[in-house]
Amino acid sequence: MKITRQEVAHVAQLARLRLSEGQMERLTGQLNDILASMEKLNQLDTAGVASTNHALELTGALREDEVRPSLERERVLANAPDSNGESFVVPRVI
Amino acid sequence: MQYETVIGLEVHAQLLTDTKIFCGCSTKFGAPPNTHVCPVCLGMPGVLPVLNKKVVDFTIRAALATGCQVGGRSVWARKNYFYPDLPKNYQISQYELPIAERGHLDIEVEGRVKRIGITRIHMEEDAGKLVHDPAAPLSYVDYNRTGVPLMEIVSEPDMRTPEEAAAYLKALRDILVYLEICDGNMEEGSFRCDANISLRPVGQKELGVKTELKNMNSFRNVGRALEYEMRRQAAALDGGGSIRQETRLWDAQGGKTVSMRGKEEAHDYRYFPDPDLLPLVVDQAWIDKARAALPELPQARRERFAAQYGLTDYDAGVLTAAKPVAEYFEATVAAGGAAKAACNWITSEFMGALNAEGLEIGQAKISPAGLAELIKLVEEGALSGKLAKEVFAEMFASGKNAAAIVEQKGLKQVSDAGELEGVLQKIFQANPNEVAEFKAGKQKLMGFFVGQVMKETKGQANPKLVNELVRKLLAG
Repeated sequence: MKITRQEVAHVAQLARLRLSEGQMERLTGQLNDILASMEKLNQLDTAGVASTNHALELTGALREDEVRPSLERERVLANAPDSNGESFVVPRVI
Repeated sequence: MQYETVIGLEVHAQLLTDTKIFCGCSTKFGAPPNTHVCPVCLGMPGVLPVLNKKVVDFTIRAALATGCQVGGRSVWARKNYFYPDLPKNYQISQYELPIAERGHLDIEVEGRVKRIGITRIHMEEDAGKLVHDPAAPLSYVDYNRTGVPLMEIVSEPDMRTPEEAAAYLKALRDILVYLEICDGNMEEGSFRCDANISLRPVGQKELGVKTELKNMNSFRNVGRALEYEMRRQAAALDGGGSIRQETRLWDAQGGKTVSMRGKEEAHDYRYFPDPDLLPLVVDQAWIDKARAALPELPQARRERFAAQYGLTDYDAGVLTAAKPVAEYFEATVAAGGAAKAACNWITSEFMGALNAEGLEIGQAKISPAGLAELIKLVEEGALSGKLAKEVFAEMFASGKNAAAIVEQKGLKQVSDAGELEGVLQKIFQANPNEVAEFKAGKQKLMGFFVGQVMKETKGQANPKLVNELVRKLLAG
């Protein structure tokens, strides 16, 4: 077992996921299966291979520092669960 | 027990770009809430961030100015946490491969120069602003600041006193302002500082447990918070207790640091490379171009001022602390004002007047050429030093030039020997006793004659010339 139930519970908590007992059971098993597969990859000799940070070989993609129009506020707030017409309103966080 | 204090600083500097780091929204401060936002900085599904080239330019400048190794390949990372100031639930930052590393900054405390290491510099996006309702259990979120470019500069734990920390912070701020990449305003939050501080018994090599201090929004508060935390940690250790690794907020009103709970868990940020952004490659040509565009930095300018203009280190430091002041000084000298006099005017009269009015030197009505003219009038003997101050005040208030004020107010110093001789002859006739006593050797009556001349000429007589004339006319 690479990953324990407690660790799954911790990661779920960090991601704000509420999992049922059954889901916890299933996900712990699945995550261990995934890690077992990774173990298999670990058997490869990767000494001298740089780590991959990105799937694409490309670099660049820059833009000039030029202002473009922002969204109208009405549309900004259209999807908000709650707003006061100016700001997003959320349960107090402090 | 005797402890040694160990301090490291993390600075977040807002970069002076027109647009955000990953989208074209304006970074202008003070707009109505949520009017500088778009699908990218709001974290809408399906959008892609595109890096602002100027953010990279600015960061390269800072890296070069602090002797960092810069360039090569750097990678964007997601820092994951849940808080409503962050619409995507992650902040785009750099983690394992920052754009710049291993630099340094030289500071001076009590006449001693010390080199402070810089661990790394990386780029990231700022978060939004929360306003908490005073009455209802609600918070209001404004995402205008979300995505404003930040540069984070992390120092080595090389500082040993709050004074050293303050000197580092000030030197770093001066550099960023000189580079014109950050306005350096701590009160408005465009230059922010967090501090890591720990104590260890003198002689011990191993570091003690540190606390992280936040919420210090002025140079003074950084010093006060560090002083307080030094005492708090020493008292805890002396009492047989231990220090808990935690984040503490500076309470400026209470003059103390307060534990911020729940931080342990928040440290679990699960960084990973951001698949939305390609790795950034900065090649040598880009670095060379940035290096060529670097201005003269504060320390170099200070040393040059002292050598080139024969100023004291102190005066050179005052003149070069802010770039506009240094440039004003050089423009005054270039316009023909003597360097020492220009330095005296700027560092005393001028700065005093600016402070009193709450103005920056660029907002003053006196131009460098105007100040140079005033200096020349004094030098030529056309205006006395005392009346020059009056003229300066008038120039500062009205923006009129010195010659016009002198003319208009009739302040021109009388350096015409013939005219002064006439005045003196009258005074001699009215005061025969004093003349006799002076001739008999009572030298201190010189003051009396000069005073009389000044009274007659409303202070406009050239005192040096009056002295000479009295001696000449009453000789023998």
